[in-house]
Amino acid sequence: MLYKLWDSDGFWLFRRRPAAIIAALTAIAILFGAIFAPWLVDTNPYDLASFSLMDGLLPPMWEEYGTSRFPLGTDDQGRDMVAAILYGARLSMLIGIVAMAIALVLGVSLGLIAGYYGGRLDAIIMRVADVQLALPAILTALLIDGIARGVLPTAVHQEMRVIVLTTAIALSLWVNFARTARASVFVEKNKEYVQAAMIMGQHPLRVMLWHILPNIMGPLLVIMTVDLASAILLEATLSFLGIGLPADSPSLGTLIRIGMGFLLSGEWWILWVPTMFLVALVVSINILGDFLRDVFNPRLR
Amino acid sequence: MLQVTNLTVKFPSRRGEFTAVENVDISVKPGEIHGLVGESGAGKSTIGAAIIGLLQSPGYVAQGEMSLHDTNLRTLTPAQAHAVRGARISMIFQDPQTSLNPLMRIEDQLIETMQAHEDISDADARDRAVALLSEIGIKNAAERIKAYPHQFSGGMRQRVVIALALCTNPELIIADEPTTALDVAVQSQVLDLIRALADERGIGFILITHDIGVIAQITDKVTVLRGGKVMETGETAKILREPEHPYTQALLAAVPRLDKKIDRFLVPATEADVEAPQIISGIDAEAWLLDGGVQDPIGLQAHDITVKFAGERTSLFRKPDSFTALDSVSLDVRAGTVMGLVGESGSGKSTMAKVLTGLVQPSAGTMTLGNDALPDAKSRARKDQSRRIIQMVFQDPYSSLNSRHRVGALLAEPLWLYGLENDAAKRRALCEAMLSLVGLAPDAIDKYPHQFSGGQRQRIAVARALLARPRFLICDEPTSALDVSIQAQVLNLLKDLQKTFGLTMLFISHNLAVVRQMSDDITVLQGGKVMESGGSEPFFTNPQADYSKNLLSLTPTL
Repeated sequence: MLYKLWDSDGFWLFRRRPAAIIAALTAIAILFGAIFAPWLVDTNPYDLASFSLMDGLLPPMWEEYGTSRFPLGTDDQGRDMVAAILYGARLSMLIGIVAMAIALVLGVSLGLIAGYYGGRLDAIIMRVADVQLALPAILTALLIDGIARGVLPTAVHQEMRVIVLTTAIALSLWVNFARTARASVFVEKNKEYVQAAMIMGQHPLRVMLWHILPNIMGPLLVIMTVDLASAILLEATLSFLGIGLPADSPSLGTLIRIGMGFLLSGEWWILWVPTMFLVALVVSINILGDFLRDVFNPRLR
Repeated sequence: MLQVTNLTVKFPSRRGEFTAVENVDISVKPGEIHGLVGESGAGKSTIGAAIIGLLQSPGYVAQGEMSLHDTNLRTLTPAQAHAVRGARISMIFQDPQTSLNPLMRIEDQLIETMQAHEDISDADARDRAVALLSEIGIKNAAERIKAYPHQFSGGMRQRVVIALALCTNPELIIADEPTTALDVAVQSQVLDLIRALADERGIGFILITHDIGVIAQITDKVTVLRGGKVMETGETAKILREPEHPYTQALLAAVPRLDKKIDRFLVPATEADVEAPQIISGIDAEAWLLDGGVQDPIGLQAHDITVKFAGERTSLFRKPDSFTALDSVSLDVRAGTVMGLVGESGSGKSTMAKVLTGLVQPSAGTMTLGNDALPDAKSRARKDQSRRIIQMVFQDPYSSLNSRHRVGALLAEPLWLYGLENDAAKRRALCEAMLSLVGLAPDAIDKYPHQFSGGQRQRIAVARALLARPRFLICDEPTSALDVSIQAQVLNLLKDLQKTFGLTMLFISHNLAVVRQMSDDITVLQGGKVMESGGSEPFFTNPQADYSKNLLSLTPTL
């Protein structure tokens, strides 16, 4: 099984692409770091007792006054930057992956239905998608946040912020999936294997899920990676603007927002460390998406 | 003029080097048409590409000499090769739909090509282009030259492509399947044009084709290729009359004959990698099929079927005009016989199949299956029994099988869907038996469709249709995507199955020779109307409608 994967054409192409290899290693390292953060670093940036103000504003270890206890320095509260970005990435990636998954399920289902049935149903779904595209993600987030604030008690609302943020991001990403799925279904629907299934009298759900879906997974997989990067970036943007997560549970975007305040006072690392970390994460996911596009496009091989 | 000796082309891949063409010798004299014929993978197109210097990367010429007069084609620099290409060697491609730029007037395409190769003013180039177009048989050339490619029909477009190849006065033209995408009537005109150009202008042609009928019609010499090697080469008349190489003999025997009906096709002896012709041995499956009452033949009648499609919308406020795809077509397929449905592209053959299978809603007409009315698309329930009784084998075995599932899962679908076999283990055994019935190894059940060749896939498609215990089988161009030798095997298989199980069959094809071999009755469609309908043998010996006579006389024969 493993050997078959190693020997497959996709993997062969992968081995000859240094950029893809570096990107994959970076993404895997960040994912690994994020998942195992509690075991990798001994301070918990959410736990005020685990760090001390005495260590505040220490620069990275290679600078003057830097110490090897805090390789990338500390912020004004004395939080270890390494711990902060790993815990931040944990939140960012969690929100990104969940939002992407919701958008995937929602978008692909609607796209399959629109493409398969066509006609009026298609028109309705696609107009909704058009309206969604016209609303910026920030507006969607504000809208949902506003509704949640009005409906829920304040305490619950604070707890629900992650969910609100994830929903907002998912809502602004599903259109991509729906459009791609719909276009692919239009192509597949005219192929003889789908017609054969229709002639046989197969249930439409089976035709969509068993026959069509596996055949349109290629482009969807590419969108998945690209949209994962956008979801993470979107979360960072919203948090940076203060619509997202609060300062006591910092994601990468919140860390960057906090760091902005120190940019002019000389403590550049508080901004730079989370920013570069975010850039590395998003760029490597995008490179992987590009690589996947090549794997699924036989013409580029 | 053109001398190719010992040409070998190799394609390096990660699995080692693949030799696409091996030690091929070809020579073409001015005014001579040299045919390259062979089945897919024979290396025909690769030879053409090597001569014109357009080999697809990573392919390369490993050895051999190629010269045009005294120019050595192998030692040219890229710039020199570019000058030769177009000016001295031109190319005609298969599909006129894609070989012209749809956004440029043909005038501009012709002038651009001429100016790329010689210093000529716009006005002179246009004059020459108009002269060329009228020479090539385009009426009103001075006006038509301003048109865009989509404003020409397929045959006219291919003429424009030929004009484009001619406009630089080349010495050699390589025509790669120039008529494969065209209907017989148009094909015959284009071939006549190529012959005339060779005779009058003394241009040498290399004509690449898989169709031996085309070779017989216009070539002077022919080279038979197989697996990149030359099997036989020489004067066309001599090779077609008395082929010496066993492969050529087998290839000729496999071509369906238009002039008489034979019982079975002779199948060329195949190499080890192609499955040997197998005798029907799946007793199990055979008994199961007979048990299902397939032996009672069932007839199908269609009366005055009319199908209209919405045309192009010309105004936002007016309903688009409708386009009539089928106009009061009646069809009577007698129980237990094969009805051949023939016609050119756009004649409505496939639309008829879609009406019968319930994919397209007719605007008028009724159908009966056996003694019962056959509901049309809108009123045919998902569980209607006709969905099982009528099964279909599609044209393209590469797209009619879902490539993401194993063969076993695809074959089992009709069994559980129609409630024919509810036990999964029995289903599997039955699928295996059915695979051997259609001449495949039972272990095919765990493979994916892409692991099979075109002919094998078509057998799988047939097996799948049979597993529904059908009594009426629609075959829509079942062999037009296959090589002749594979076509012969699949047609033999269909014949055997039809006889054994008393299936009623509607056999749709544009190839008259194939239809003659397969059918008892025949219906000729043109532009959505029935031109002629009746017994097959009387039709081929004594066609009544002018259209049928014309069609028969234009079909190339050996």
